Amino acid sequence: MASKADRPQLIIGGKRLDGRMPNELRPIRIESSILKNADGSAYLEWGNNRVLAAVYGPKEALPKHMADPAKAIIKCKYAMAPFSSMGEHGRSGPNRRAIEISKVTKEAFENVVLLNDFPGSEIDIFIEILQSDGGTRAAGITAAAVALASAGIHMRDLIYAVSVGKVGEELILDLNMLEDNYSDCDMPMAISPRNGNLVLLQMDGNLTKEQMSRAIEMASEAGKTITRIQKEALQDVYKKAGARSQNGNGV
Amino acid sequence: MEGFDVVKSQYIKEMIAKGMREDGRGMFDFRKIVITPGVIKHAEGSAQVDLGATRVLAGVKLQVEEPMKDTPNDGNMMVSAELLPLAHAEFESGPPSPESIELARVVDRGIRAAECVDMPGLFIEEGKVWSVFIDLYVLNYNGNLFDASTIAAMSALATARMPKFEDGKAIYEERTKPLSLKNHIVSTTFGKVEGALLLDTNIHEENAATARLTIANDGKLIRAMQKGLGGSLSQAEIESLVDVSLSKYAEVKSSIDNLMQ
Repeated sequence: MASKADRPQLIIGGKRLDGRMPNELRPIRIESSILKNADGSAYLEWGNNRVLAAVYGPKEALPKHMADPAKAIIKCKYAMAPFSSMGEHGRSGPNRRAIEISKVTKEAFENVVLLNDFPGSEIDIFIEILQSDGGTRAAGITAAAVALASAGIHMRDLIYAVSVGKVGEELILDLNMLEDNYSDCDMPMAISPRNGNLVLLQMDGNLTKEQMSRAIEMASEAGKTITRIQKEALQDVYKKAGARSQNGNGV
Repeated sequence: MEGFDVVKSQYIKEMIAKGMREDGRGMFDFRKIVITPGVIKHAEGSAQVDLGATRVLAGVKLQVEEPMKDTPNDGNMMVSAELLPLAHAEFESGPPSPESIELARVVDRGIRAAECVDMPGLFIEEGKVWSVFIDLYVLNYNGNLFDASTIAAMSALATARMPKFEDGKAIYEERTKPLSLKNHIVSTTFGKVEGALLLDTNIHEENAATARLTIANDGKLIRAMQKGLGGSLSQAEIESLVDVSLSKYAEVKSSIDNLMQ
């Protein structure tokens, strides 16, 4: 976190530096099933974030001692490309931050994937951040949910994720990198819209209990938009295929 | 999990369904906290914490280093955690596991977000600052490493003495000035077992838990949170646990304050 002393004014006349209102999402665009080899995949643009998610499986769990005879195991790898950030070249290979994000992302999906349907198998989730501008773990989870659905993996729900932060005493939705660097708080959440429960929750900074409750409500409200975009991405694959076949081009 | 653990988990769940815990505690009671400060004389600060049968040793070392580029006037802080193979049959040697990395980063976030260590106070001169290394050694694992580790880290920091700085280097033999702390953080970790929420889960309760939530607060504000495991939590559950967390601040902090007397 950068020093608070040289923080630029992040909210001017009720609007954020990129013109958004405090509770406004950046533009999100998702394209499903874009990688040929993967069983499921999604490409997501979220503001300036560019994210690829791919799913392989269910397949035999390896190494064999990792296999659970009662259910599938999920493996998740979140990684940022070395060229993804402004400034210096990033180190390749997983750092401590990436390992932690991979772990909490895996746990979020364990909540909704019907693991008991695939005993002894593994489901691999790969999240590659190609360009980063704040909120990449949320973008990665949102993309991976679409990739899992496009792979036909049995799930209770299509989860989404978004972050809420705080500038002064004002809560702001979906922080970009500049806001994240100077914000008084960052609270990424992943939510299962079916029951509104949180399947991922992290936070650091400072919040009162009332602000925390409001932050969850802001994330839930934003979820209506994110869920719609996720579902449209999944439907678009079939609409496009249908259009092609009607034009006589085959599927 | 071994067969015994599966049976034990079932037993724990049946007890919880009747509103009882294995060791007779209330749902929001900590196990007994015993803090032994100064166990490592060579470290600038140290503390061993026994939380029930969970034992964590924290060591604090200070070292002169360059500041980070984006904070040229602040010191550095780094928390690491080792799940030592001698602490539990399922802990293995090797590179840091995701579990140990998560533990270190959650403890780090609480201390950092609450601005406990006076980072500007670690500035020495242009291009030189103190780096504070907090190493958490898990010596015996019996559940709730998050809270035991935060208590150990805060106790080690609270009792740490800074080496003298002279002629461009640290003199480790002369340590008198206490490390300056500006705030205090208390961590509370809850497990969800059969829909019930328990503070400070022991290893059997942890094996039976479907979700975990760590809330760190400084007595007034929430400073860090981390949900773990594959389960989920509702907004109402999280709100109720924030209340419990804030209510536990005084109890845990007083056990560390007592070290100073």
